[in-house]
Amino acid sequence: MTDNVQSVGLPDERPPANTVGPIAWLRNNLFNSWYNAILTILVLGLLASAIPPFLNWLLFRAHGFDATSTVCRQDAGGACWGFISEKLRFIMFGMFPWEQQWRPLVTIAVFIALLVASCDRRFWKPWFGLVWAAGLALVAVLMWGGVFGLTYVENTLWGGLPLTIILSVIGLAVAFPVSILLALGRRSNMPAVKVLCVTYIELIRGVPLISLLFMASVMLPLFLPNGVSIDKLLRAQIAFIMFAAAYMAEAIRGGLQAIPKGQYEAADGLGLGYWQKMRKIILPQALAIAIPPLVNTFISFFKDTSLVIIIGLYDLLGTAKAALSDPSWRGFYREAYLFIGVIYWIFCFSMSKYSQKLERDLNRGHRR
Amino acid sequence: MATETRTTQGAPPPGGVSFSLSDPTFRAIVYQILVVGAVVLVGWFLISNTLDNLARRSIATGYHFLEREAAFGIGESLIDYSPKDTYGRAFLVGVLNTLKVSIIGVILATIIGTIIGVARLSSNWLIAKLASTYVEIIRNIPPLLQLFFWYALVSDGLPPVRQALNPIPGVFLSQRGLRVPVPAPDPVWANMGIALLVAIVAAWGVSRWARARQARTGQPFPAGWTGLGLIVGLPILTWLAGGAPLAMDVPKLTGFNFTGGGAISPEFFAILTGLTLYTAAFIAEVVRSGIKAVNWGQTEAARALGLPSSPTLRLVILPQALRVIVPPLTSQYLNLTKNSSLALAIGYPDLVSIANTTLNQTGQAIEGVTMIMGTYLVISLSISIFMNWYNKRIALVER
Amino acid sequence: MKSGFLAAAAAAVVVSASAVAGAATLDTVKQRGFVQCGVNAGLPGFGNPDSAGNWTGLDVDYCRAVAVAIFGDANKVKFTPLSAQQRFPAIQSGEVDLLSRNTTATLTRDTSVGLNFAPVTYYDGQGFMVPKKLGVKSAKELNGATVCVQSGTTTELNLADYFRANNMTYNPVVIESNDEVNAAYFAGRCDVLTTDVSGLAGTRAGVAPVPDDHVILPEVISKEPLAPAVRHGDDQWFDIVKWTVYATIQAEEFGITSKNIDEFANSKNPDIQRFLGTSPGMGKALGLDEKWAYNVVKKVGNYAEIFDRNVGPGTPLKLERGLNALWTKGGLMYAQPFR
Repeated sequence: MTDNVQSVGLPDERPPANTVGPIAWLRNNLFNSWYNAILTILVLGLLASAIPPFLNWLLFRAHGFDATSTVCRQDAGGACWGFISEKLRFIMFGMFPWEQQWRPLVTIAVFIALLVASCDRRFWKPWFGLVWAAGLALVAVLMWGGVFGLTYVENTLWGGLPLTIILSVIGLAVAFPVSILLALGRRSNMPAVKVLCVTYIELIRGVPLISLLFMASVMLPLFLPNGVSIDKLLRAQIAFIMFAAAYMAEAIRGGLQAIPKGQYEAADGLGLGYWQKMRKIILPQALAIAIPPLVNTFISFFKDTSLVIIIGLYDLLGTAKAALSDPSWRGFYREAYLFIGVIYWIFCFSMSKYSQKLERDLNRGHRR
Repeated sequence: MATETRTTQGAPPPGGVSFSLSDPTFRAIVYQILVVGAVVLVGWFLISNTLDNLARRSIATGYHFLEREAAFGIGESLIDYSPKDTYGRAFLVGVLNTLKVSIIGVILATIIGTIIGVARLSSNWLIAKLASTYVEIIRNIPPLLQLFFWYALVSDGLPPVRQALNPIPGVFLSQRGLRVPVPAPDPVWANMGIALLVAIVAAWGVSRWARARQARTGQPFPAGWTGLGLIVGLPILTWLAGGAPLAMDVPKLTGFNFTGGGAISPEFFAILTGLTLYTAAFIAEVVRSGIKAVNWGQTEAARALGLPSSPTLRLVILPQALRVIVPPLTSQYLNLTKNSSLALAIGYPDLVSIANTTLNQTGQAIEGVTMIMGTYLVISLSISIFMNWYNKRIALVER
Repeated sequence: MKSGFLAAAAAAVVVSASAVAGAATLDTVKQRGFVQCGVNAGLPGFGNPDSAGNWTGLDVDYCRAVAVAIFGDANKVKFTPLSAQQRFPAIQSGEVDLLSRNTTATLTRDTSVGLNFAPVTYYDGQGFMVPKKLGVKSAKELNGATVCVQSGTTTELNLADYFRANNMTYNPVVIESNDEVNAAYFAGRCDVLTTDVSGLAGTRAGVAPVPDDHVILPEVISKEPLAPAVRHGDDQWFDIVKWTVYATIQAEEFGITSKNIDEFANSKNPDIQRFLGTSPGMGKALGLDEKWAYNVVKKVGNYAEIFDRNVGPGTPLKLERGLNALWTKGGLMYAQPFR
């Protein structure tokens, strides 16, 4: 017993197994009370009965990308990915001329690049508007063609994913300035302007998008002077713009309302006129606050473009349905809907994650 | 901002209006006249074009067609309808079908959404993950795509009517939808409905009286149990008094289809399932943020006051959570109602679908679209007004 | 709204560049350089784009015939695919010059919808198709059946009338798009599919997984005279469309086809001389080239050729002439005289 007392100190003990480690995790998160334990077992049972058949269908018993419909029909136990490879280009690009389909492909890439770049706050500068303008011009050239040796493609032949993106992005871009005016008008002191803006916003928000599309599709032609006509795509685009403007105006109004009154008073105190005050003081702050709800509006807007199928345009959902009406591939709706569902989901989910992140960042800035 | 900028340079002394553009009051009037003028001008332009076009092409106008015989069939209807009836009645059938799917959808979506919202906050990791996976998947896929999927699942995935699934005796599930036995017609069912209404009114009266008495004397009264007893007991008593009929109308396969019993058509099933599951994902988020908005300290304070857990939830947590929940919930209800117009795509005869058929048959597009929009505006406004009233009732009374 | 709407409307007018208020349709069409024709988006035999995007069908050929009559060129035509719902607003508003989309001529469409119907290009009637395994032999046995029907068509009305007249009940499944209606029927959602007999034949031939599993019942429950239509208010344009249709029928009456038409150039028959424009007058009366009828037959064919090419026994539709035979052969096709 000559050893120093301290050297025989207790060895570092591991914490008891019931507070850390996988067992403890299980206990804390899955079996922390008797009813949670029952729920866990029930849910595990449910998953065990649902997931293996789904995976079987999706992967293990599925027919590969080279399968023909006859092969798939003989063994219906698995998915038929041959459908997707057979119809891929039709679903993605619609009736765009086959050998020209690199053009809509580049269009999609341009749009995705623009959208991704727009997510970076370093690019939130006035010059980025020019980048957008250039991007949209490039898209117009690619889709229509007729210049630089590209053959002209009528917009009745546009379809698939480019159409979905065009309808939503152009709709958003045009509706944005309109919606700012509407939001300002709604908060204006001028009664006539206010009444008009409120009426418009509530009218549009009170009716379903389908009725607006119907209006654009069957009524708009009668509104125009004799002999003037607008093509189908543009009519749908107008309906979307009218729709988006009202919803975005509400998002921006929320931003305007969040600006403390002191900001208005300070601007007035500096002797700024109404437009100067709005442009230099109020709108920059209000729009920054309104961006997350605006992104959410854009997400629902992106999903809503699928409604154009009802007025006979071939967006992503429309081309998938058209592909399904091919007699030799009838009935492979699970594959088709899963495929385009995943495309829609990737777009919407990444945007919603971005909007959540933005919300957190902006909140951090406010929480001084 | 006119009144606030009065003090800036160039403004006249308060009270007078100078006719100069530098006077904000006058400028505001000019702006408004300009804007209203532009709107009137555009409106006049569109309307005159329309009238000109209608006259030039001799297209009929007006709502006289509403009194004409519709002469088309409708798949499902809450009221008696045959092709002999008028377009007006056909439209009414559509409105009722829209209300039917909206009301049932709102109720189901609220229940499912609340369960999922609570599940996302569950301390059970598996349940919380499952709920959030559900929300993230459903919210990010277009509702129309989901409707098509559900419709295809029923019409392609279920067996033909002759090989209908028969999970429970009397219940049949096939491509033609679900058929269930319903009680055979008997006057007692109507009486039970009346009894139920009477019981609800009585229960409401009892609870008011009990609350007033508790406020006055401090004595609690089991109003909840009394009310439940009334609502359950009174209809049962009526049923017993009416001879306790037990006869059921069981669906049978005769000829092409099942006859008898109650039916849920594939179209109704698809639109209801699609809308309910879609909206439930949004309601779940609303409920979750509502619950999270109530500080845990509130619960602790209520416990410290000696309130048992049920009144804590009922009197402390819920009222505060509801204040956060009701406004976004209202807009979800409105969304569900508006989304019910997607029924058109799968053939459920809602008001849009019937108005669409009408405008095709009569060629009167303007009247048809106006009827759709007008009806939805009325429905939307009614929901808004009701929910605003409810929101006011539960709003925090600041003293 | 207003500014957005205006801006959009202004842009639209620029884009469409078809603003010719008040001008006669023929002048507008000539100036534009092509006929804008509204057709069915997908009805095999009548209006249907093939996989390369070329439009084919009987209705489509009449669009081409009108283009030939005006320009002498069958390619100076653009097609706008229209749904049942869109077709009337499209022709009413001037979005299309001509509606050739298996449209039944009826009194209300002639009056309150504001259309003028050219001569009938296909005499059709509504029929029923059922799966063979149901064992149904007659439409009279359809009591209680579930029927798939497209919305917004005369079909929907005739269906109701027929069941009412025969004291039978039915359960309609009414869907807006033709594809969806067919899909619902072949999936088994309905016992019966109803539309024009020609449409049933097209669907059975082109869409059914196994055509022989389905039978078309013998009853034809309605008259469906399908005719091209133009809007009210331009008689000259109406005349051109009307006489273009007659030209194809008249050519068949004369026995003139696109193959043998040049052999008739020296015909001594004054009727044929007027028809082919060798003795002038007819073209001028219509405001067209004197060779317009010659061009129509040469480049598109006579009625028999158009019929056989698109829906006749040699096509998947396998339709007999029936009512669509010439009046001299027991049918209803009869051209008014060219004089």
